Amino acid sequence: MARFVRWYGSGPLHLLVLIASFALTGYAMVRLFAVQPLAVAIWFVGAAILHDLILLPLYSLADLSALSVLRHRSAGGPTVPWINHLRVPAFLSGLLLLVWFPLVFRLAAPYPGDTGLSDTIYLGRWLAITGALFAASAAAFALRLRRARRAGRGDESRPVTDHGSTP
Amino acid sequence: MARGGRPPGSASPGGTPRRGPEERPAPKRLERMRGAAAAAVAAGGARCRAMARRAGRLPAPPGPFRPEFWRSPIRGPWLTSVFGLVLLIGIPLLFVTGLLSYASYNPGLSPFNDETPDKGVLGFYLFSWPTHPYWLYRVLQGVHVTLGVVLVPVVLAKLWSVIPKLFEWLPVRSVAHGLERLSLLMLVGGVIFEFVTGILNIQLYYVFPGSFYRLHFYGAWVFIAAFVVHVSLRLGRMTRALRSRSLGAELRTGLAHTLPEPPDPDGLVPAAPAAPTMTRRGALGMVGVGSLLLLVVTAGQSIGGRLRATALLAPHNRNPGSGPNAFQINKTAAAVGVTPQLVGTDWRLGIHGRGPGLVLTREQLLAMLQHTAALPIACVEGWSTEDQHWSGLRLADLAALAGMPDAGSVLVESVQPPGPFTKVVLRGNQIRDPRSLLALRVNGADLSLDHGYPARVIVPANPGVNNTKWVGRLTFRA
Repeated sequence: MARFVRWYGSGPLHLLVLIASFALTGYAMVRLFAVQPLAVAIWFVGAAILHDLILLPLYSLADLSALSVLRHRSAGGPTVPWINHLRVPAFLSGLLLLVWFPLVFRLAAPYPGDTGLSDTIYLGRWLAITGALFAASAAAFALRLRRARRAGRGDESRPVTDHGSTP
Repeated sequence: MARGGRPPGSASPGGTPRRGPEERPAPKRLERMRGAAAAAVAAGGARCRAMARRAGRLPAPPGPFRPEFWRSPIRGPWLTSVFGLVLLIGIPLLFVTGLLSYASYNPGLSPFNDETPDKGVLGFYLFSWPTHPYWLYRVLQGVHVTLGVVLVPVVLAKLWSVIPKLFEWLPVRSVAHGLERLSLLMLVGGVIFEFVTGILNIQLYYVFPGSFYRLHFYGAWVFIAAFVVHVSLRLGRMTRALRSRSLGAELRTGLAHTLPEPPDPDGLVPAAPAAPTMTRRGALGMVGVGSLLLLVVTAGQSIGGRLRATALLAPHNRNPGSGPNAFQINKTAAAVGVTPQLVGTDWRLGIHGRGPGLVLTREQLLAMLQHTAALPIACVEGWSTEDQHWSGLRLADLAALAGMPDAGSVLVESVQPPGPFTKVVLRGNQIRDPRSLLALRVNGADLSLDHGYPARVIVPANPGVNNTKWVGRLTFRA
């Protein structure tokens, strides 16, 4: 047993569970790859690559850039944490686009003919929702800023802490 | 078991010395050879382990392979486990509703109903699809599709929370670790593949390679095999992580007190955390609001009525036109090549069973005893209509007319040019339900061409594509 664990790297139950799983995987994969195997494999592995090595790095980079570019923007006076007022609407708008981009960009050629419905409404709707999200976020930010200014005037000696933009 | 692929006995990395087979007395040649082979294997194993040890001491390449690269202070087992718990509930629900959706086509009944005829044992659970409750398929498929859409941000958040694991160093530490990572590729590739094919299909964006049914069904089995392994290897770790912090306390914690979790063996907690810019409450809230927003802009297409218009971005969020026939269309007549000539005055319904068979005009059908049923149209794509008021002939009456009141099945053929689902087989229980009709009229008017004029099938709890439009022939079978 100890020798097995040393050779394998974990307990025998680990191996049994994985073999059972791979057997099912193999059975389903033979059928999944029965038609256009190369294209299906590209889609399957590509799905993981597209997310892990493209989408995630891109949105992380966008987030870091926003943080570092706007970090030095503060020109004195009271400030409040702001990054999430950008992050949250951008995330929500991006999420809607990620799910519904074929309709938003009118990529689904059969849609109007099949359903009898027009696909021209989606881009405008997505932009309107995006606008509303950012406007709501801006309004909330303005409200917090005003509150912070009032608090600043009420007590000039106390500096207002700035959580959001400290590195 | 919970160690799941971590290097074994890390306290004694050298491994205990083993008694070599050459120490055994080997009187016979065969024994000697066997001993030599075993020695070679043992020596090879030792060499491999030594090599792995040397590689393990190599510093990780720069960039994401270094633990200092990942800096989010809220990344850690607790946050991962909260997302994991949501998916632990959501994913099985998606899987089961998906399996039931496949069963609802009655694929075991006829190759016409089956888009994955090579399913083998993966169809082990199939059963006769019921007609009660009549809204069964509508709810089932609405839940499957809407839940899938709503879980997108949770899946994204879960993957974000464990991204440092993708770059862990060494990439493969042991056989167990290598196998587990292979299984994780199936898990991550599988979950994204399933979500992507599903979400593209409901928008009729058919860019994936081949039949949606085939990809989504077999892809689901590949995924679930890896999912079960992942859950069984990580369930203990998840529950421990969830118990390590109180959700209530976490939701009351402000930014100033948002500190990293204690270091974890998986390396999710950053070695060099950045200052927090978002609380855990904020992260959970953002993902939750994302799910809620997707729910709001999607669910209406399955609920119908006044709420249909609230599904701002869903494909079936408006009714086409106005009047009694202004409800959702899966495929218009024009889209599938059904012309007015095909269903004009020359149209006849053939009814076959025992005996010579009948050929009837629409006028003759309208002159027979009409029945009504209030039933929805529900599509595999998740949208559905409210109950529509159909009238026409009971399938049971037509079976009796064909001389087969106890028919076990009926082959329904459309006059539509050949393509998927232009022929469908319904089962005996579906024929005998008094609400199952060959409908001629809907909501007090003749069927429109897009809704299947001159005659279409409507069966309770039946998937939309099995409610054949433009029916030309019914063949009742024992």
